[in-house]
Amino acid sequence: MPELLAKSALGGRTLTVGKTTLAEASLGPLTSIALFPGQGAAVSAALGHPFPAPNTTSGPLIWTGRDQAFLMGQAPDLTGLAATTDQTGAWSALRLTGPDAEAALMRLVPLDLRLASFPPSTSARSGLNHMGLILVREAEGFLVLTFRSMAETAWHELETALQALAARAHL
Amino acid sequence: MLIKCPLCGPRDRREFYYYGSDDYLNRPGEAAPPSAWDDYLHNRDNPAGMTRDLWYHEMGCTSWLVVTRDTVTHDIHAVEPVAERGTTA
Repeated sequence: MPELLAKSALGGRTLTVGKTTLAEASLGPLTSIALFPGQGAAVSAALGHPFPAPNTTSGPLIWTGRDQAFLMGQAPDLTGLAATTDQTGAWSALRLTGPDAEAALMRLVPLDLRLASFPPSTSARSGLNHMGLILVREAEGFLVLTFRSMAETAWHELETALQALAARAHL
Repeated sequence: MLIKCPLCGPRDRREFYYYGSDDYLNRPGEAAPPSAWDDYLHNRDNPAGMTRDLWYHEMGCTSWLVVTRDTVTHDIHAVEPVAERGTTA
């Protein structure tokens, strides 16, 4: 069996506009965990983290829907407790950090992303313009997950928003 | 227009997909007469006032929701997840 290389969607691209940086992130394995009815407590015990409440994260877990979360990492054997599916190749991850991060995202995402209403450990499933989105507020900034097939589009949207904000700042 | 998703909280209308009347939740049984199927598939009211319809939180948590709203005032009175109705077969 030949050694196959895992390639990221954007080749580790980085862009800094002003003091705000957009960079492709490498998350490693990503696993969807969909609870079987009433198995929340058992799955929490197996994972070592409480199953996240809506719009939150819990350790490496991101809430993604009713009784469903994404685990950043490999899931243990959850046979009989939850349906797990490998999502590693399906999503592309970007990190957006810096003073314009909130304003750039709020041009594309119909949510109030200011720190007071979207603090660290908050997550949301929403849209990045017309794309499906999983958004997580981290200590340093935002983690932006979109479908891998739309990675270039997501990059283009965010790059355009950052440049528009920088242009306005120069007026 | 904001719809208050029971899981995600208030979200913009563009995250949702409109399906139609909540009549679609009441599928006739196998032995139902053709008139029941006619009602289920085709016959809809068009009320000025309270209406109940199905919305899908497409760009969010992917829940199906029953939204009770007023077509005159545009008020939304209730949003309930279809999943919590359980199976009534």
